[in-house]
Amino acid sequence: MSDLSELYQEILLEHNSKPRNFYKLEEADRSADGFNPLCGDKIALYLKLDGDIISEVGFQGSGCAISRASASMLTQSVKGQSVERAEEIFGAFHRMLTEPGEEPDYDALEDLESLAGVAEFPTRIKCAILAWHTLKAALEGTQESATTE
Amino acid sequence: MTTGSSGAITPVVGPGVDVETVRTDFPVLHQMVNGKPLVYLDNASTSQKPQAVIDTLVQYYTMDNSNVHRGVHTLSQRATDHYEEARAKVRRFINAEADEEIIYVRGTTEGINLVAQTFGRQNVGEGDEIIVTAMEHHSNIVPWQILCQERGAHLKVIPITDSGELVMEEYERLLGPRTKLVSIVHQSNALGTVNPAKQITDMAHGLGVPVLVDGAQSAPHMTVDVQDLGCDFFVFSGHKLYGPTGIGVLYGRADLLNAMPPYQGGGEMIKSVTFEKTIYNDLPHKFEAGTPDIAGAIGLGTAIDYISNLGMSNIYNYERELLEYGTQRLSAIEGLQIIGTAREKAGVLSFVMEGIHPHDIGTILDTEGIAVRTGHHCAQPVMDRYEIPATARASLALYNTREEIDALVKGIDRTIEVFGRGL
Repeated sequence: MSDLSELYQEILLEHNSKPRNFYKLEEADRSADGFNPLCGDKIALYLKLDGDIISEVGFQGSGCAISRASASMLTQSVKGQSVERAEEIFGAFHRMLTEPGEEPDYDALEDLESLAGVAEFPTRIKCAILAWHTLKAALEGTQESATTE
Repeated sequence: MTTGSSGAITPVVGPGVDVETVRTDFPVLHQMVNGKPLVYLDNASTSQKPQAVIDTLVQYYTMDNSNVHRGVHTLSQRATDHYEEARAKVRRFINAEADEEIIYVRGTTEGINLVAQTFGRQNVGEGDEIIVTAMEHHSNIVPWQILCQERGAHLKVIPITDSGELVMEEYERLLGPRTKLVSIVHQSNALGTVNPAKQITDMAHGLGVPVLVDGAQSAPHMTVDVQDLGCDFFVFSGHKLYGPTGIGVLYGRADLLNAMPPYQGGGEMIKSVTFEKTIYNDLPHKFEAGTPDIAGAIGLGTAIDYISNLGMSNIYNYERELLEYGTQRLSAIEGLQIIGTAREKAGVLSFVMEGIHPHDIGTILDTEGIAVRTGHHCAQPVMDRYEIPATARASLALYNTREEIDALVKGIDRTIEVFGRGL
């Protein structure tokens, strides 16, 4: 198992203690709830869309450092991006966690690369991915809450 | 307690249990996990197995494997004898009156479902009530919800205090003419609270209401005497009691079991079958349709021998001292809060930490070789009661040591250190 500092990088801990865009968007165009039934992590994600562009994004909820930091970084990385680009970022993020042998797409990932260590902790991958499933649910406008199951 | 081969007295760690000798009986404990010696503190989920239990399973499949109550051949007779001897061991272990009152099931969950689907469907009707506590495992909530939904009955919940004790006045108030069953956890898996099962039973019996006691957590840690408790049903799992997975026990009073319809139909549970009419078998076979977990039952018998030889009161005293030590050490950690501080408590140290989620605690402890459970412990209503999403839980067994508690404390210190960098 890799060193703990690989998993809990400072940037992750910093996002955990001071999450970005940690609020409810009162006039959200889209929103979705995410829930990890196994560990109880909960998230609510809110989006404002300007045409095809995600102009605003906020989240609320409770969860472990990994799920919270991942959600915080998500809001940073997709804000101002097109829906298509957001999906590309999700794809790159998913590949980084599930195919750790491959070279990550650094351009798409930016800060999210600091979550690469999660790939070494299979039980925690769901924590990192919860916010992203929730984003997908919000973009698709599905009513049911997203889960990692 | 023991005299070593040199004739010198071996130091006894704790009253009555020589933990170093005990540890040599559990092979799984002697391994490195993530480069550190394994510290197994997830015993409320499942306990480890002594070599004697493992050997029993190997012996059974190597020499005796056969179906029970069916063949005239030697192996079948041998398997049947061992299977029924194990039933007698279970009876003695919980001091039931008769072997026929011991029904083998898959585990506590199946035992409760059996009672819900037989006794429950027979006795619970529209507007009736079933009483549980606010600290139940999901396995003692959902089977009753299913029954209530089917019957138009209501589930009533005895509330708990901040320390995790039942509010007995509320229980008294909930008991009434519509109460058809009281089903309570003996020892809470999430909080460690030991409930006054005898008093609860007495109060219910005052109104003629039967009581089921969920002993999944209590049976491994204390002497259980179903006749003294007076309960009508008692359920527990083999795998939390140092036995194999897949085997558990439902104890029921013979008169109740006789009056109940069968749970599942099939072989073994019948006396005679024609397409017109089936005559059900006598207890306990009436409730044991199909080929049972024969090896598991025999292994459970060995596990009961193992702990009975050590003595349940010795185990209780040893673990109690360890729990007190753990409580002291954990309470001294700044920012750590123990969830569940009942006066009567056993085996469980559930805790939360300021600013650090239980899953992160669990992952960091794992890198130190320490196994704890994190999450809601299949007791979401308990988490809601304390307004927390989850806890980290260290749960004890007879092979745990003070040194392992010290390792846990060191692991928690490490967690604080890791998280301190980000604050």
